[in-house]
Amino acid sequence: MTTQRTSSAPPAVRSLPVKQLLLTLVGWSIALIIFFPILWMVLTGFKTETAAIADPSFIFSPTLESYQAVQARSGYARFAMNSVVVAFGSTFLALLIAIPSAYAMAFLPTKRTKGTLLWMLSTKMLPPVGVLVPIYLIFRDVGLLDTRTGLIIIYTLMNLPIVVWMLYTFFKDMPKDILEAGRMDGASTFQEVFFLLLPLTLPGIASTGLLSVILSWNEAFWSLNLTSSKAAPLTAYIASFSSPEGLFWAKLSAASTMAIAPILILGWMTQKQMVRGLTFGAVK
Amino acid sequence: MATLQLSNITKRFGDTEVIKGIDLEVNDREFVVFVGPSGCGKSTLMRMIAGLESASEGDIVIDGQRMNDVGPADRGLAMVFQSYALYPHMTVEGNMGFSMRLAGVPKEERRAKVLEAAKILQLEPLLDRKPKALSGGQRQRVAIGRAIVRNPSIFLFDEPLSNLDAALRVQMRIELARLHEELDATMIYVTHDQIEAMTMADKIVVLHDGVVEQVGSPMALYHHPRNRFVAGFIGSPKMNFFAVEQLAVSSDGVVVRLPGGRSCTVPVDGQQLADAEELELGIRPEHLLLDENGPLSGQIKVLERLGGQTSLYVQMDELLITIMADGDVAYRVNDTVRFGFSPERAHLFDAQGIALESLTQHPLAGLTRHDNRAPGQAAVHGAVSPGEQV
Ligand SMILES: Nc1ncnc2c1ncn2[C@@H]1O[C@H](COP(=O)(O)OP(=O)(O)O)[C@@H](O)[C@H]1O
Ligand SMILES: [Mg+2]
Repeated sequence: MTTQRTSSAPPAVRSLPVKQLLLTLVGWSIALIIFFPILWMVLTGFKTETAAIADPSFIFSPTLESYQAVQARSGYARFAMNSVVVAFGSTFLALLIAIPSAYAMAFLPTKRTKGTLLWMLSTKMLPPVGVLVPIYLIFRDVGLLDTRTGLIIIYTLMNLPIVVWMLYTFFKDMPKDILEAGRMDGASTFQEVFFLLLPLTLPGIASTGLLSVILSWNEAFWSLNLTSSKAAPLTAYIASFSSPEGLFWAKLSAASTMAIAPILILGWMTQKQMVRGLTFGAVK
Repeated sequence: MATLQLSNITKRFGDTEVIKGIDLEVNDREFVVFVGPSGCGKSTLMRMIAGLESASEGDIVIDGQRMNDVGPADRGLAMVFQSYALYPHMTVEGNMGFSMRLAGVPKEERRAKVLEAAKILQLEPLLDRKPKALSGGQRQRVAIGRAIVRNPSIFLFDEPLSNLDAALRVQMRIELARLHEELDATMIYVTHDQIEAMTMADKIVVLHDGVVEQVGSPMALYHHPRNRFVAGFIGSPKMNFFAVEQLAVSSDGVVVRLPGGRSCTVPVDGQQLADAEELELGIRPEHLLLDENGPLSGQIKVLERLGGQTSLYVQMDELLITIMADGDVAYRVNDTVRFGFSPERAHLFDAQGIALESLTQHPLAGLTRHDNRAPGQAAVHGAVSPGEQV
């Protein structure tokens, strides 16, 4: 995530080459500083446990020892499958709820629309731990503990404010005339959304969905507290390396690398789409 | 057949009343232009007719049927938007055929109809292009094509030419007039440009602050504006206004004292006037005549030579008067000129800005654009006599 945003150099400033050089330098430095921990983690994953706790060094003989150990211990695939199902499932559900909501707020606003949006976003400022006990109890009573369904529900709720907010801003940029032309042509509200709004805001929807996938993928608080084995995603998998056997840096790093690899690759592949989505209004 | 009646149409956004009780009749095959300054409510009125906005009060009746609660697609209308509002992700053919696609018309039939409309608008070579790859004029035509394909009883146009450059605007104006003939449709056209209104309309509706100031043929509005607003809005350059003193009222008209002291009799009905009511005289720039013995005089401040005509901007006391003079006048800036006018060309407005009714009807006042095209039916009774000069 962080790597792609910073790896593009700061916008070229048309002035003295010295200034430009300096800006480039600063840009690259920041990018490296942000990227360094991830790089270090990847490197550590290829070290032996002894090398990992020795003095920090870039020079070592790489080994797959840790990866093999990690693989031997528990099924990576099962956790990864949970992550995929939960991240994409919750994103799908969030979009399904958020698209009609954002449509209503963008095209049929009332006096309270702005207030509602702000209120929705403000729920993100509440620390999740504040509602842990009630949610835990509810989940226990309705049998959602340690289920993918439970996690999908909680992630959907967690991401909904941001997803609605982002879709709202994309929809707001959509020229109203086009939808009205559609209405004059006989489109029902559903057809208007399906034939006009969705195709025209696709970059925005894609980047919103991607953000939702990433946030769900990386979420650890709820997954650690609400799952134990059956539905545990990759974040729980990483955590399982830190406590029971003491800290094994190399194995922990290998596990983490394996956990973030899919999402990093996904982010990298959809980088263009993301940037386009995030700057949608400006270039339309 | 396509007629439209509006009765007491009112629109409020929250507490602000934007359209204030409009009554209007649009006849079959008429080209009606709503004209008025920006923000006067033209688009709002049109959007209510289209069904994109609901009326706060009043009835919208199309072909004898009340349409207030009928959806926009079911009113038998098609609208061309100022921004064209083409679907950017569809080809020209997709844009024009979208309404039929929604209605479930089979592909072959759709294509045939689109081709038919494309032929009228010379769009055939462009059918596979996306709107992005079209020029402004072409986009405009696609937007019109999309309307034609729906075969509406009434076409609605909201400032369709305002995004085009001047030359293209003239061309599209002619094309729209041709289209009106060809399609034999009722058209309602919104513009803030009085030239578009004058050139295209059978009937002009002048709107101002949400009320109808006057409805009439272009020539009627030009020669018999009902009030000061219409007088100033219709005609270019704008009509000149002078404050004048009322001297006497007779059956021949109202005698007024002009700036500079001389008097003249304007042939209007002044029976209703109060004594010594403040009056304003209005004369169009093209009706002011340079004349060494004229009753008015002033100093030329700016002189614009257009070739065939020359605009003189003349300082008269605090007023800057516009005179449209011959192209070859020899005057220069700072020269003093004298000028006059024929009294039947003058308009007189009372203290409320309402025009006093002219004692004679202008012979062309009843003329519509259709009459221009069909000589023989037009009621033209000889040329206009310039009348005596003051
Ligand atoms: N949706 C709306 N909400 C509030 N006010 C509006 C809305 N639409 C138009 N208005 C107001 O109504 C008036 C008329 O607008 P409009 O019909 O667009 O004018 P015109 O087309 O003649 O320029 C303007 O003062 C405008 O600000
Ligand atoms: Mg408008």
